[in-house]
Amino acid sequence: MYVAVKGGEATIANAHRLLADRRRGDRSVPALRLDQIVEQLALGVDRVMSEGSLYDRELAALAVTQARGDMIEAIFLVRAYRTTLPRFGYTNPVDTGAMQVERRVSATYKDLPGGQVLGPTFDYTHRLLDPELAAGAEVEMPAQRPAEPEAMPRVSAILAHEGLIEADGEMPLDHVPGDITREPLQFPMARDIRLQALSRGDEGFLLALGYSTQRGYARNHPFVGEIRIGEVELELDVPELPFAVPLGSIRVTECQMVNQFKGSAKAPPQFTRGYGLVFGQSERKAMAMALCDRALRAGELGEDVVAAAQDEEFVISHSDNVQATGFVEHLKLPHYVDFQAELGLVRRMRAEYEARENEDKAAEEKREAAE
Amino acid sequence: MRGQEAREQAGRKALMATLAHAAADEIARLWNESGLPSEAELLRGPETGLVTVRGRIGGGGAPFNVGEATVTRATVRLPSGQVGHSYALGRDKGQAKLAAIADALWQDPAHREAVETRLAAPLRAALAAARETKRVETAATKVDFFTMVRGED
Repeated sequence: MYVAVKGGEATIANAHRLLADRRRGDRSVPALRLDQIVEQLALGVDRVMSEGSLYDRELAALAVTQARGDMIEAIFLVRAYRTTLPRFGYTNPVDTGAMQVERRVSATYKDLPGGQVLGPTFDYTHRLLDPELAAGAEVEMPAQRPAEPEAMPRVSAILAHEGLIEADGEMPLDHVPGDITREPLQFPMARDIRLQALSRGDEGFLLALGYSTQRGYARNHPFVGEIRIGEVELELDVPELPFAVPLGSIRVTECQMVNQFKGSAKAPPQFTRGYGLVFGQSERKAMAMALCDRALRAGELGEDVVAAAQDEEFVISHSDNVQATGFVEHLKLPHYVDFQAELGLVRRMRAEYEARENEDKAAEEKREAAE
Repeated sequence: MRGQEAREQAGRKALMATLAHAAADEIARLWNESGLPSEAELLRGPETGLVTVRGRIGGGGAPFNVGEATVTRATVRLPSGQVGHSYALGRDKGQAKLAAIADALWQDPAHREAVETRLAAPLRAALAAARETKRVETAATKVDFFTMVRGED
């Protein structure tokens, strides 16, 4: 028998009205504007764009507000919005070598063309809470240094000629990049598809997996060859124009991880590489992505798959926080019928168990009495 | 391609790049001051959609899909017959329409000069200034390594 249960419509409406009120909070405090969030909570906005897999600052800021600052809820909102829009096409691949660089560091080479540029970084801060910021103190304008523009080739391009480091990852010429928003995940998957999944993957999950590789689970001796943050140009081929149409620029973070590799049956000793590329300014995410990318290449490089971070199906199936939260959070929705069925089952098993116990006890008593 | 045609396309593309980078309210303000006509028939849009952004494995290897971005586009036809297109990141439909009209006007020899001097040039100057400010602010955070000599020789 199946009994449909309806009810709670008015309750749900009231709950959502209460949510709107609590979201707004104390009315004597000014309401946040989206431009304030875009400007002043920029890295939170970047995370929502990266994991929501949609580059649009105002929409991400709206999602953060609507979600009361719950990042995964905000990411969920952005993902849902994406599905309402038509698709115009695939851009030409961005050229990170031509980036207008806002930060660029390398942990492997001190002197490299273009130099090391710290940019707006939390590194070397003392992580002390700043009471002046709480008091709303004025902030001074940044220092400026007139300097000739310098090219900043990617570190990987500089190292390539020595032959001791792998080339950029190539695919067969006729390979069409896979798209996880169009086709369901299938394992094993090509590296391009893994990278798409990792780029929108949950920062915390990828961070923990990357950390696990450093602690010895699939150890792969990483160095940061380069991290660069800045704006890259987007261009789209369209049928109505005889040239690729410029769309404007987006900020991305790129991480080139360089890993020592002692060689295997499949590849000679060399430095291998992991790659990270994410929307916005997020070097933690880009680094974690690069560590995971490298770990997931175990099969390709002839390494033993011994740890979670090397297990493609495990990593990619669980890296999407919208899917993860959907499945975990659905547990709180009514499961009354399921639970009734399980309750009946457990009652029956318990009764059978107790009957068996009683039988055993009776048999025992009988035997003792006989002795 | 003949040199003339290539120059023509490069000029048109440069205008589209400028309009795609510029702030919507700045385009509208300059347009009002320019006296450029804004009469045009909308053939398509303005409509907002998505493009999938591609990167390359390792920076220079095979392409892969990174994520999506919002883009708004429009196509217009001027009373004089020229058809103009626009594409730009974001969701600003007013900007898309004006940019498409600018593209159409640019193709009309009677208006090209005005589009270049009254619209594109000031937008380019503002973009270049913002870019330069960012560059010298970034340059101030460049690391100057120096070596310290320690101990007796």
